[in-house]
Amino acid sequence: MPPPVRRIAVDRDPTIAPPRTISNGSGPVAAAQSTRSRSSRPPATNVRDRMSIDGVWLAYGENWVVRDVSLKVRQGEVLALIGASGSGKTTLLRSLNRLTEVTDGAARSGEITLDGQDIHELEVNDLRRRVTMVFQQPNPFPMSIFDNVAYALAERPGRGGRRRRRSPEIELAVSDALKRAGLYDEVADDLERPALRLSGGQQQRLCIARALAANPEVLLLDEPCSALDPISTATIEELIVSLRESVAIVIVTHNLQQAFRVADHVAFMHLGELVEYGSSEQVFDRPAMQRTRDYISGAFG
Amino acid sequence: MSTALAMQAPPAAPPGPVVRGSGRERVASWPLLDRVGYWLTWVTGVGLCLIALAIVLFMFFKGISFLKLSMFVQSPAPEPIQSKSGGFLDPIVGTLIVGVLGTVIAAPIGVAIACWLSEYRRPSWLARTVESAIEIIAGTPSVVLALFGLLIFSQSFLAFLSQRAADGQVYGRSFFAASAVMAVLALPLIVGSTREALSQLPDRLREASYALGRTRATSIRRILLPAIRPGIATGTVLGLGRIIGDTAIIKILLGVNLLNEGVGHVPLVSTLRGTGATLTTFVFENSPSGEGNAPQKAYAAAFVLMMIVLALNALVTWLSNIGGERRTVSTFASRLLRLGGASWTR
Repeated sequence: MPPPVRRIAVDRDPTIAPPRTISNGSGPVAAAQSTRSRSSRPPATNVRDRMSIDGVWLAYGENWVVRDVSLKVRQGEVLALIGASGSGKTTLLRSLNRLTEVTDGAARSGEITLDGQDIHELEVNDLRRRVTMVFQQPNPFPMSIFDNVAYALAERPGRGGRRRRRSPEIELAVSDALKRAGLYDEVADDLERPALRLSGGQQQRLCIARALAANPEVLLLDEPCSALDPISTATIEELIVSLRESVAIVIVTHNLQQAFRVADHVAFMHLGELVEYGSSEQVFDRPAMQRTRDYISGAFG
Repeated sequence: MSTALAMQAPPAAPPGPVVRGSGRERVASWPLLDRVGYWLTWVTGVGLCLIALAIVLFMFFKGISFLKLSMFVQSPAPEPIQSKSGGFLDPIVGTLIVGVLGTVIAAPIGVAIACWLSEYRRPSWLARTVESAIEIIAGTPSVVLALFGLLIFSQSFLAFLSQRAADGQVYGRSFFAASAVMAVLALPLIVGSTREALSQLPDRLREASYALGRTRATSIRRILLPAIRPGIATGTVLGLGRIIGDTAIIKILLGVNLLNEGVGHVPLVSTLRGTGATLTTFVFENSPSGEGNAPQKAYAAAFVLMMIVLALNALVTWLSNIGGERRTVSTFASRLLRLGGASWTR
């Protein structure tokens, strides 16, 4: 095992003074609430397991960047993966739709299931349509808004002709996905506009719309707001909370307040290990592990 | 607590003395060696411009003075008197045929090879071998390619692409043969420029497509290739320019006459199976070192050839500048149409 990036005291309180923003309340929770309230959110209902991660190890080459992680991904809930850079959150996220396999030398061990089926027994493109992903940088394709979303729609084999040909059902599916992503009203007047002319926040919501158009069971978000301004971030956070009823959501974030605002469950990872997992109230208010306490109080990260 | 201090607006200009940069360095203050290098590059650059200008002006005045519009519609005639030796209709048609057919063969193959090399690369030893092979082809003189092509197309099972002589030997020279070898000549340019364009695309575009459950093939076809259309166009036009400018392959693989002579009776196929001429061989034959020795015709034809190549170069520049996000088929086509329309109305 490699030495930790920074040695963390396990048996005493953090010695580094917490940042000012959290010193004038009672911990990070108060700080998060002072920025934007979370209390208006209805509690999660109709929660059920979608994915199960069981003793998963992941490596690039011989470097095991995720070690023995077990988690549950539930529909009706948002799961946030938090942790410092290099803690393996993004790798874990990318393994959920086997996007790690695109990289040479990626290795894995352990079991990940989607609705009880091992994802490595599913056809990979099938899996990626059921578990779609939104990336850190907005990455719309260099084509129109409509075509961007239509590209994600399931192929209709045996029909012949061009798939891009408009049909009422495709148009309906596209506008539906744009509505779910909260972008429709802003772009409805001209869906033929090039996607790259949208603002950064709109581009990211277009990417979410694209990911939703495939009608996935699980939506993976890899730091979706890190390239965005606060207002776009707030819009997308509200969107995430509103989507959790219809799709299971896993979000990787560096932003603890964001994790607190959107997540129902939080998993704190450090150097590839899962340190703590629990409801977000529990992890943020009463963390069981000293390392979690250090991290969320700003001692490192 | 917001105790807003009443800030006074600063004056329009600073009250103290102002130091201005000259905006350029003083070469005179450089070390001697730097100055020598600087002036050498400067002189070389200007010299290159002068050479290019001289070629264009020389060809322009020589060409214009001998060029007659009738030359575009008359076939060459084997006459010792220049005024009766006709025009270069056949060579222009020949240049068009070889250019179009060669490009049509080379472009899809080149784009496919480039996609495989930069997107799949499996097995990697084969990819490296293919890369070396392309470099070898790019470095092979076209005369060598032509000789090799003649060997191939003289095989009896390829007789349907050219014609049989009276003794049953396969002639091996035809528009088919010349265009196929020309395609090999253009291939490295198309592969190179397509690969370059593909490598410039960010990986997040590919990941976005894979993450939506699309295969590599679909991603290439629907995302990557549309995005690099200007790059493909650039490579294709460069290849076309190379084809149009080559003489050795035409000389060896298209026969030595000045007229396009068909073989058989099927309209288009007969021309393609037959022999002919292009502007490059026409210039060669009519130059003082050729058989025709009609330098005026050579100058006129060389002028036309150069105009075609310059136009292609301008097309490359223009295609590379189709930037921005909206690189769709429709804009591409509409640009071409507008270009066509502009030239038709003149």
